[in-house]
Parts: sequence; structure tokens; C-alpha cells
Amino acid sequence: MTRPYNPTQLLAYIAAGLLEDNSSVFVGTGLPMIAGMLAQRTHAPNLLIIFEAGGIGPRVPVLPISVGDSRTFHRAVSASSMHDVMSASQAGYVDYGFLGAAQIDPYGNLNTTVIGDWRHPVVRFPGSGGANDVGSLCGRTIIVMRQDPRRFVERLDFVTTPGYLDGPGARARAGLPANTGPYRVITQLGLYDFEETTKRMRLLATHPGFSVDDVQRATSFELIVSKDLQTTEPPPSDVLDTMRDIDPTGMVIGD
Amino acid sequence: MNVLQEGQGELVGWHDPDEHRAWVAEHKTRALKDKRTTVKAAVEEYVRDGALMACGGFGHIRVSMAVIYEIIRQQKRDLTLCGKTAVHDSDVLIGAGCVNRIEVAYAFGHELRGLSPASRRAAESGRCEVVAEISNAGYQWRFLAAAMGLPFIPSRVMLGTDTLKRSSAKVIEDPFSGKPILLLPACYPDIVLMHVHRCDRYGNAQIDGIVIEDFELARAARRMILTTEEIVDDEVIRQAPQETVIPYYLVDAVVEVPYGAHPTLMPGRYYFDEQHIGEWLRLSKTEEGVAEYLDRYVYDVEGFSCYLKRIGGDEQLEYLRQVEHLEAPLEAPWLEEKRK
Repeated sequence: MTRPYNPTQLLAYIAAGLLEDNSSVFVGTGLPMIAGMLAQRTHAPNLLIIFEAGGIGPRVPVLPISVGDSRTFHRAVSASSMHDVMSASQAGYVDYGFLGAAQIDPYGNLNTTVIGDWRHPVVRFPGSGGANDVGSLCGRTIIVMRQDPRRFVERLDFVTTPGYLDGPGARARAGLPANTGPYRVITQLGLYDFEETTKRMRLLATHPGFSVDDVQRATSFELIVSKDLQTTEPPPSDVLDTMRDIDPTGMVIGD
Repeated sequence: MNVLQEGQGELVGWHDPDEHRAWVAEHKTRALKDKRTTVKAAVEEYVRDGALMACGGFGHIRVSMAVIYEIIRQQKRDLTLCGKTAVHDSDVLIGAGCVNRIEVAYAFGHELRGLSPASRRAAESGRCEVVAEISNAGYQWRFLAAAMGLPFIPSRVMLGTDTLKRSSAKVIEDPFSGKPILLLPACYPDIVLMHVHRCDRYGNAQIDGIVIEDFELARAARRMILTTEEIVDDEVIRQAPQETVIPYYLVDAVVEVPYGAHPTLMPGRYYFDEQHIGEWLRLSKTEEGVAEYLDRYVYDVEGFSCYLKRIGGDEQLEYLRQVEHLEAPLEAPWLEEKRK
């Protein structure tokens, strides 16, 4: 029996499932935080959660509003600094990083800066924040965002955060750390990885109720589809309960 | 040196290290002197029109709002802001017309609350010019280079992106590894505002919880105004010197302002005032609303204690203390919207 769930709950469930126990993850507020906390309360009790403002290994009591919120170092192993956690990322101590974006291209490059021309933007977004740092320095980045044809585009208006840039070998040529880059993309329609030889996005699974056609219609570039296409598992009942415990007010997951 | 790429963003706050040493020799006293003053006097003396300014804390965490309100009250103009996770601080300063240039790591947003109407309107209309882009790590390492008295510091962020193209950084071939490496130029803000938990009258300051990038920023600052929840006897500092983040010689002015970070979060003391921030976000959707807000909470206010009465007084402050200590549930207008 599947209980009704909303798209945010499904995304958080899938994201949590990607995180291995005894690994470290750089999280932002919102859905990544839910995913990290959910992983800790299910299969990954020793997941090390790190916040960009300096919170390391907190026992997060309630959802933080900010990545610098007191909740991000509540009963933490260390209340440190941005220099410390960014240096740890640069030195290779951070396995996973979460990112969101306004636009993504086939190589997993992300735009959170502007829509339109940089000098005369139609829409001005907040910019990199820590996103470029996470996308440059963490081992595997997990991108969680909404999918539609204006967001899944062949060319970004602005490359804020590096994915695989223009293809295989490009990150190394640019000087980015070895063995880093986008690992998975999760949207309300499906789950993606990056095909090894081209470094282009590949559909791994569709969510229950969505077809490959639905996914392609929401994508403005040619999508590679896995030969072994799966359908994602909906979140089990007990997981939905745990999520409600994590976010009792529905701040992120809604009602 | 083989320069592989140069960002086209404007270089703000850079000084030749020897020029900076000379400036320090001339302007920064090592005398252990009483620096207590008022917010009004400190802003009059140290915040100049056209200056490059940075706020300690994290945009809506531990921000010296008391000084920001005074900057608005004194109608300082043409400030350039270091947008190093700039949230409520930059939104109010840009909305009030004090800041018209910004280098952006993060600005125009309110994290989970969404985008910031006032500063976003200014950015999209060109009233506030974005002079360069950078990342959060990149910005705090610019301050680290300055704190170390170096012209630049190498890093592996921003490579391969438009963030780099619009930044003031350069890429060279690392003479050790042979790989491309980013060089972040030092940044010395003309004026830094910072709010701390406690300090003594000389400016020896302690911060509870994460320091974010205030260790580096305090050392990069040319002038620094420190506001504090409480001024303590210097013996209190000397009994726990390991807690001191900022030594006195970095500080130019010390002002005791309890709740001086309101409505931003002060770790261990008081949580975000979501009612107040919500009121700002609602009113700042229009220019008339911005004016209404500033009249009510800045211009028509006699001192910070009058401001605290206007935001709800002791009852509201007690509630914020309880939320911070997980003793009361969080209520927020934007949260109500989301629940609908």
C-alpha cells in the first residue's frame, strides 16, 4: 500500500537514498537538509553533515532557516568557520554536495545568477553563494531542481557553477580537483546521471506516473535515456512519518 | 608568470601589501585605549560616502543592525558593499539608497524566505550596479589574503565558469603542480561593521558559536565598528583568552547595544524576528512601502531602545529568546503562506 505523497517528499526520499553511511555531505537549507536528516534517521546514522558557515556534525533539532542558523551547530562536533569547512572541501574531506539551480545544461552546469544579459538582467538571482564552491570542490554533487523546458536548456544564460563544463576532461583542463563533478540530478519527473563517455545527462528512472515523453517534453536538449530505465520507488509509509517528524511545520515538505 | 585567464570584474578593495602596511602604521593604534562611543559618533567618524563596506556575520545572522540603521539615518551614499552572503543587511541598505554598487557572492535573496523585492528591483533597474561576481569561499579567502598581508591567495574554486569571467580573480599555471590555479586578490574593506556577544572597552571581542568568516574579515578591515550585546570587564576576557576572536588593535569603535542584531539571529540569545522580517519583505514590494518601513523603524526613532519598543518590546524579545532556545514554536508570515 502506498500512502499519498507530494513531489517534495519523493525528491527528499530519493536524495536521502543516494547518501552512504560514514560519508560527509555539504548541505543547504530546505530539501537537502531534509534529505540529510532522513538519511541519518534511516540507513546512514553516521552521515556527517557540514554547513558552509561552519557547522560540522550537528544534531539538527528542527529545520534551520539559514545555513548559518544556530540549528546548524546545535550539539555539533564543531562550531567552526567558513574558511575551515571550505578548506576541508578543497582538501577532499567532503564526499557529497547538494545544489539547486534556476537553469541546468546537459553537462550539469548550473545558473543561479541571471536570466538574460548579465549587465542588464531580466531576472537577477542571488548568484553563486556557496554553490560554485560545492560544485568545484565536493566529490559528488547532487542537483535537486524543478524541471521544465526553460530550466533544462542547451545553453545557460550564465555558468555560475561548474558541472562537466563542455564535456569529458574539461574540469581537469580548467584546473578543478580530480574525481569531482555532478553525480545525480533529481527533478519532479525523474532521476538522472551523467553518461561516462560524453558527460551528458542521462535519464536513469522516471517517477511513478511519468513517461519518457513527459520528461523529454520538459527538456530543451536531447536527452540520453538509459537502456535499463527504471521507475523510482515511492516513499514508504514509515519514511513519510519520519519526514513529518523532521519538518513538523511543513516548512519545506508542505502538507 | 604565465597568466592563463583574467576575470573582467572590477577589482574592489585591493591594496599593495606595502601600501597597506604603511596605512596600518599610520592609522591603527596599538595603544590599549578605551574605544567606547555611540553608534551615531562611530558612523559619523568612520563611515564615509563612497566607501567599500562589509558586514560581519552572515547576512541575517549576527549583523550589526544598530549601525546599519544609523548609516541609513545619516543618509550615507554611494557605498559599495561586499556582498559576502548579503541577505537582510544588503536588502535594507540597498532599499534605503545607501548602497549603489555591490560585489556579489550572494545577494538579492533571503534564503528559505525567497527573493528580496527591494534589492532585486534595484539590481534589475540598474539602480544598484553589480561590479563583480565571486563565490562565498572566494570572498572569505579574499579577506584571508588581506588578513595575511598578502596580495592574493590561490584556490581551486570558480575555475571554468562565468562566475570567474565576471570576477576580479586571475588564473595562472601553478609553478608546483603545473595545473591551472585561481588567484583571489586580497580585499581590504574601508569599513567593517560587526556585532559580537561580548567585548571589553578596548575591543577584545568574543563570539559564541560559528565565527563564519569574521576572523578573516576583522583582520582585513581598515576601520571596524564593533557593537556588542555586552561590554565586560577586561578580566573576563583575560580569564578565557582562547575565546577571543578579535583582538583590540583591529577595532576602532566599541558600542554596547543589547539586541543590536535584531531582527537578525544572535546565536544563543535570540532567533530571527520573522514577524519583523516578514513586515519588511511585505512592505518592500513597493518604494512607498520601503519609505513607510524606514519612517517607522529608522527615521522616526529616537535611539535603539525606542526601536526595540516599536518592534514589540520586552514581550517580543522574550519570545525570540524562547524560539532560539527551542522553548517556543517558530511563527513566520512566509511560513503561513507556504502552508496554504
